Amino acid sequence: MIRIGAFLVGLFFSGWLIVSAGMGAYAYVTVPAAPTAEHEFHKLPGKVDFSFNGPVGHYDRAQLQRGLQVFREVCSACHSLKYVSFRDFKDLGYSEGQVKAIAQNWPTETPSINPETGEAATRKPQPQDKIPSPYPNEVAARAANNNAAPPDLSLMTKARHDGSNYVHALLTGYTNPPAELKKHFPDSMPGKTTHFNPYFANLNLAMPAPLTTDGQVTYADGNPKPTVDQMAKDVSAFLTWTAEPKLEQRKRAGIATVIFLLIFFGLCIGAYKNVWADKKGVA
Amino acid sequence: MSFPWAKEYKPSNPFMRYMDEKLPLPRFVYNAIGAGYPVPRNLNYFWNFGVLAGVALVCQLVTGIILAMHFAAESGVAFSSVEHIMRDVNGGWFLRYAHANGASMFFIVVYIHIFRGLFYGSYKPPREMVWHLGLVIFLLMMATAFMGYVLPWGQMSFWGAKVITGLFGAIPLVGTPIQTWLLGGFAPDNAALNRFFSLHYLLPFVILGVIVLHIWALHIPGSSNPTGVEVKDEQDTVPFHPYYTAKDGVGVAAFFLVFATLLFFAPNFLGEPDNYIPANPLATPANIVPEWYFWPFYAILRAFTVDFWFIPAKLLGVLAMFASILLLFFLPWLDTSAVRSGHYRPLFRKFFWFGLGPCIAILGYCGGSHATDGVVLVSQIAAAYYFAHFLIILPLVSRIETPKPLPTSITEAVLAKSGASLQPAE
Repeated sequence: MIRIGAFLVGLFFSGWLIVSAGMGAYAYVTVPAAPTAEHEFHKLPGKVDFSFNGPVGHYDRAQLQRGLQVFREVCSACHSLKYVSFRDFKDLGYSEGQVKAIAQNWPTETPSINPETGEAATRKPQPQDKIPSPYPNEVAARAANNNAAPPDLSLMTKARHDGSNYVHALLTGYTNPPAELKKHFPDSMPGKTTHFNPYFANLNLAMPAPLTTDGQVTYADGNPKPTVDQMAKDVSAFLTWTAEPKLEQRKRAGIATVIFLLIFFGLCIGAYKNVWADKKGVA
Repeated sequence: MSFPWAKEYKPSNPFMRYMDEKLPLPRFVYNAIGAGYPVPRNLNYFWNFGVLAGVALVCQLVTGIILAMHFAAESGVAFSSVEHIMRDVNGGWFLRYAHANGASMFFIVVYIHIFRGLFYGSYKPPREMVWHLGLVIFLLMMATAFMGYVLPWGQMSFWGAKVITGLFGAIPLVGTPIQTWLLGGFAPDNAALNRFFSLHYLLPFVILGVIVLHIWALHIPGSSNPTGVEVKDEQDTVPFHPYYTAKDGVGVAAFFLVFATLLFFAPNFLGEPDNYIPANPLATPANIVPEWYFWPFYAILRAFTVDFWFIPAKLLGVLAMFASILLLFFLPWLDTSAVRSGHYRPLFRKFFWFGLGPCIAILGYCGGSHATDGVVLVSQIAAAYYFAHFLIILPLVSRIETPKPLPTSITEAVLAKSGASLQPAE
């Protein structure tokens, strides 16, 4: 009885799936799916040789500091970094005093209240504060950016596939839309408020190219040269740090753990062989 | 329970003797996983995975209980409380990555455990109850994992919750009210997050309880073994401790090696980047996918694209997805072959390795991919095979197959393998 029921259920599900597949295949052959602009023009980011790649990778402090500078002078005009505190910048190799100076000189102030009247006010950020957002709220962010609120960047490199390479590719990937795009997919051409970038998922994004000219940011010691490519690398390294500040501790702990476990594994095999020595192949 | 030659617990320490009189808990442990449990001597490494699943559960309980001390189950702050754990809690990044990857490790070992059961016919009498309780554990695990994935309140959390509770919305007439009742609202929101957190904390302890029943039921007939031949005498068994505690030690060390590699060097490899974007009910992700361990079932859900008479395709998909797991409960009656082990079943073995194996792998791949026409087509064929395998092929194979001769005893199989003769050593 169970087997007859099972047979009928199996016949129904399998049969209907085969019928559905047949109908799908027929539709596929008769009406081939139209190619999409994303399918034709979207590119995957190239590999950047970051210092934090690989199992023993670590952050390059000088690069993170340069990245912070790019973020502060360029990105922070529109993007927030709300999960990061100023005190975290000590990890970039700054002293307490330097962190305090960075906080005090930050382009945006921290929201606060007037201690006497209770009215909304702002004050200079302190090291314990989170990085203040450039806009007081999302409505303001939308209003200032053609209704496309700039996303928070704290986790950006973990919120996209291959994030560190993606940020670099996106920042250096702005080009004029290819002629074929205009010819075959006129609807996918950038509009008045969007900009073509083959690394962006749907090819057009609201953000105009933020890094446009070499030397846009002046690096303190003039070394390396602040080319667009270098600035993009530095800021993606910085944003990798903001997304994964414990990366170095994690990899260090990982190496130690794996070495310990390899020894443990060896001991377990030894114990196993010892215990079973009198049983293998013996009646 | 157990075999007549099982060693008896004889405490020598006066305190333990006192304990044994008042509360024989040490005796219970001794008989369950100590020297008092005789186990077939020929178990291979696939028999490690039950213990490994237990280890994985303990890892999840320990990391989860500590994470719950720092997590805030409120839709406005859940996402940032997870970031607080990652950045400001001492060792918080370790706890969270261990918990997230621990879930994947738990499913990896449980899937291997289930496949071991499928290949070696562990679901057959007298162990049907063990199999059924195992499936209950699997269903509870799926519910727990799903609700846990919702808690960080990222984009995939939100949209996953919406899609999965939407499955109940496919039930005719009462579907939408049930979905609203489950969520505590018309869409996933604070009410849903709170109840998911509560249940996510509760269910692991229910799992723990069912595991006790699972092991209890196992200990009545005793463990199965790769030959599928039942234990005949003392020669066929060894005491669980120290023989299998030593062997499980090797498995546990290997388990932690894989776990540590994943946790420390690729903690986000199995996750979806979208879940690092805070939940936004107004922005649908381009590709809503569950965690990898649900991919095969998700592929079956999406494989139904055509309405059947008055049954909408969506409802068919939901029914098929639940059926794909529930049919496993009927295996003891679908597979009627008297031979348990796939080693001695030539035809069964071919369908297992060349049919079921690739079928599940393909379904998994399709479930994790963007549902393009081609992907749906392939998953339809694979899903058709899945149902045919268990419901049609397996009963037929059991009927027509001629199994290979079985060894007369476990000991004979062990000796044949090691090339020794059955004569006792001089």
